[in-house]
Amino acid sequence: METFLQQLINGLVQGSVYALVALGYTMVYGILGLINFAHGEVVMIGAMLAISSLNVLLGNGVSPLLALPLCAVIAMLGCMALGYGIERIAYRPLRHAPRLAPLITAIGVSIVLQNLAMMIWGRDYLPFPKFFSNNPHSFGGVIISDIQLLIFVLALTLMGLLLLLVQRTRLGRAMRAVAENQQAALLMGVDINRVISLTFMLGSALAALAGIMVSANYGLAHYYMGFLLGLKAFTAAVLGGIGNLKGAMLGGLVLGLIESLGAGYIGDLSGGFFGSNYQDVFAFFILIAVLVFRPSGLLGERIAERA
Amino acid sequence: MPRYYLLLLIAALLTGCGKPAQNPNNELTVRIGASAPLTGPQAHIGKDNESGTRMAIDDANTRGIVIGGRKIHFELISEDDQADPKTATIVAQKLVDSKVSGVIGHLNSGTTIPASRIYNDNGIVQISPSATAVAYTTQGFKTAFRVMANDAQQGLVLGQYATKNLGAAKIAVIDDQTGYGQGLADQFIKSAQANGATIVAHEYTNDKAYDFTAVLTKVKSKQPDLLFYAGMDPQAGPMAKQLKSLALNLKFLMGDGGYTPQFIKLAGDAAEGSYASLPGVPLAKMPGGSEFEKRFVAKYQPIQLYAPYCYDAVNVLIAAMQKADSVEPAKYLPALAAISYDGVTANIKFDAKGDLQGGAITLYQVKNGKWQALETLGTAGH
Amino acid sequence: MQNAPEKRLHKLLHSRSFWVCALLLLPFATDALLGHGWVRILDFAMLYIMLALGLNIVIGYAGLLDLGYIAFFAVGAYCYALTGSPHLATAFPLSIEGGVHWPFWVVLPFAALLAGGFGILLGAPTLRLRGDYLAIVTLGFGEIIRIFLNNLNAPVNLTNGPQGISRIDPVSIANLHLNVTQPLFGMEIPSVHLYFYLFLSFTWLVILASKRLEKSRIGRAWMAIREDEIAAAAMGINTRNLKLLAFAMGAAFGGASGALFAGFQGFVSPESFSLMESIMILCMVVLGGMGNIAGVILGGVLLAILPEMLRHSVIPLQQGLFGKIIVDPESLRMLLFGGALIVMMLYRPAGLLPSRVRRRELGSDEMAEKP
Repeated sequence: METFLQQLINGLVQGSVYALVALGYTMVYGILGLINFAHGEVVMIGAMLAISSLNVLLGNGVSPLLALPLCAVIAMLGCMALGYGIERIAYRPLRHAPRLAPLITAIGVSIVLQNLAMMIWGRDYLPFPKFFSNNPHSFGGVIISDIQLLIFVLALTLMGLLLLLVQRTRLGRAMRAVAENQQAALLMGVDINRVISLTFMLGSALAALAGIMVSANYGLAHYYMGFLLGLKAFTAAVLGGIGNLKGAMLGGLVLGLIESLGAGYIGDLSGGFFGSNYQDVFAFFILIAVLVFRPSGLLGERIAERA
Repeated sequence: MPRYYLLLLIAALLTGCGKPAQNPNNELTVRIGASAPLTGPQAHIGKDNESGTRMAIDDANTRGIVIGGRKIHFELISEDDQADPKTATIVAQKLVDSKVSGVIGHLNSGTTIPASRIYNDNGIVQISPSATAVAYTTQGFKTAFRVMANDAQQGLVLGQYATKNLGAAKIAVIDDQTGYGQGLADQFIKSAQANGATIVAHEYTNDKAYDFTAVLTKVKSKQPDLLFYAGMDPQAGPMAKQLKSLALNLKFLMGDGGYTPQFIKLAGDAAEGSYASLPGVPLAKMPGGSEFEKRFVAKYQPIQLYAPYCYDAVNVLIAAMQKADSVEPAKYLPALAAISYDGVTANIKFDAKGDLQGGAITLYQVKNGKWQALETLGTAGH
Repeated sequence: MQNAPEKRLHKLLHSRSFWVCALLLLPFATDALLGHGWVRILDFAMLYIMLALGLNIVIGYAGLLDLGYIAFFAVGAYCYALTGSPHLATAFPLSIEGGVHWPFWVVLPFAALLAGGFGILLGAPTLRLRGDYLAIVTLGFGEIIRIFLNNLNAPVNLTNGPQGISRIDPVSIANLHLNVTQPLFGMEIPSVHLYFYLFLSFTWLVILASKRLEKSRIGRAWMAIREDEIAAAAMGINTRNLKLLAFAMGAAFGGASGALFAGFQGFVSPESFSLMESIMILCMVVLGGMGNIAGVILGGVLLAILPEMLRHSVIPLQQGLFGKIIVDPESLRMLLFGGALIVMMLYRPAGLLPSRVRRRELGSDEMAEKP
């Protein structure tokens, strides 16, 4: 039982990170109908920027309590600029091109960002400066650390704020309008380009925070870390129903749980045939299964057009 | 017709890529090939290999070696295999083209094995400084040697050490599903079981992962005394950290992939008390070992991992040439197979397959944030 | 107005016999200038061209973006490796002593068929998916195949896991063993040259098949599906079967070249079949020109030779300029790949050598509305 609860916690922590990243995919998809393949790399750049700025800040004697929010702001600003740039350079000129074109540029952007990051930050794993006392809290044998609690709470808060933004503000209304029908939104006086740019920047800011959470939790960052994380977050978005914000959150948490419970129990359930060696396969199987059997995902209301 | 010009351009570029290989010396030039990834993620280890090889060749040239009545000038032909099996075969072909007398390489088992077929087909001696896969020397190639304990030898010693010296009865194993990790884990499990331990869990991760909480939680539920991780430091570091944060109180043992300063950097204070093995005897304990290290660090940079093995590989090759009084691979091959040479890592002798005979393996532990040598064990039974 | 020598050159470059002679002499010329190593690079270039042409059927003709194409190459390679090495015999004590060692002419079609079967296996559940979803699913499929190859060493040792399979037989046709120098027509022909001719003839076959397909009823149906699936279906085209056929054909070409690769290399391990390889083959098709055979061949040659050229030019250049290496050629290569994908899509979406139809439909004058 203890083990089961522990696996639940592991899954929820991992899942809340997936959910934050999945929001970026789902927002862009909702508005543009485009898979922003390079979104995972934005997460990685966020983590890298945060580590670099933390090292500089701490090196100059800034108090850790001030340095952490500062580095988060720097990483978010950096990623927002990056997200804006990606959209401007690689996607906007192709907005009316055939579907494959922006997907291929997205793969290109992803490769370029990975290799640029490698040239700037090197090939080795960068350690995250030691910040949090790695103090585990034990609740009846189930262990959760400060940072894991922080990740979980922060992720939920951010998701709540995002929902408020989309449903209560002017910008949110504009975003929903563009998602519904670009032409009509244009006629209603919505500046489509501005809304799309802001959507990319919003998603990138969330990605930066997710990057910081990942690297603070595991104590490292690496130029390759964004790719698989991005794929899994995309799976989470599809699982929840792509284009649907609540769906992305739910999908992220569910995927996190499936992965940790899968790695923990499938070996015993399948008599040793499958084991944790197939941990990364689960996400892909779910992706294929959802797309084939329930393409609208868990919470998708509208039927995804797929002609 | 722009496309013809494009073709011409390609042809011109192609021809520009050949390199002249002339040397005006009247002494006999003998070429030694070396191959390791000099670019890509493992470049730092590959360059370390190249430097070790280069230093041995420079040393031999300063010593002034005479073989077959002629003074020999050794020339290093170093090629980059990018840790890619395909590139490795291209590089092997190039080394064969350059008429090398012997090859020091490659770094990884995945490149060493496909390249070994080309060396064997062309009768060129190959000594790998670091490939540990058992399959490398079981292909029946007479030209394949290594100066590094293979997975079976290292796994055997680690299994004995875990059970006898560390007293573990219930052992959990995690491997990274690479050729290295899987090979080592299998041999470790065999040896640990033969010594009476029970393997309570065998879990997996991969060489790009950083989250191990799910598998570690499962490991925790089986309550082992010891966790053996077969993989490299980028995973071992965070794994040690997560072990601590999940409050797993057990001994953490690794193979040579964990014996790096980077492991300590990534694991932070969670590194304290971890064990790792490295084939060979600590340099400080070998005759000429400390001196080698001092000279190497002065000339290049701190030793990453396998530079001393490359240094030994070149020297053992040259020693065999001297013994056979020939630089022809066909002639010095029998001398190499029968050699006994005192290198900086160990006394080097090969068995019938070309594996290192009875090579020693040293265990290290992190104490006060540094790797400290504990003891050196022999690979008995080989 | 063209002057006489230029005209003669033009005529020469369009004569078939010139190209046949040039290609037959290519390995010898390369060998004389640059050595066997470069002939081996040409061999790999031929393999990549075959792969790119196979992927071209799926992407270029039928318009289905496949990001896991290397999986079919892997299936073919493992097929040859398992039948041509003693591995199965050691793993399963029941099978024939020393392995089955089927002749080359049996394994090759078998590998192609098996890979084609996998193509259908992938195609069947994903038929209804739209372009970008399909891309992600195929990416997942490619990774699943690689992870399975990497893990099927337990509980039964089918693939020998990450250790890979070694001691694979070299390709032998009748009694001609391609791994050793052969005396033919009074000349000593080295192994790498023999493989070059073998791969060249297979590439020629693949080109021939592609050309025939392009002009055939099937090819035209594929292109109709690529342009507008609904309209194609309305015209009475069985889109389901034709899409499956595209997957199967592309996969079969991939499988055949995989088998050739395994025989040539003598060793296969899962690391040769990573996602990056799939993306590189995609680059070849995109760079050269989707749907155009000449373009795809150009893309394949460029990208297969580029890394070698970079390695020999970038390092000396940087050492000369800066005294040290700032950008290592591997990352430069990847940057160029990524950059090329972006730039090509933005400025020349139809590729370096576009097919006529493709140029029309991807040109900037076209105003396709958002689907």
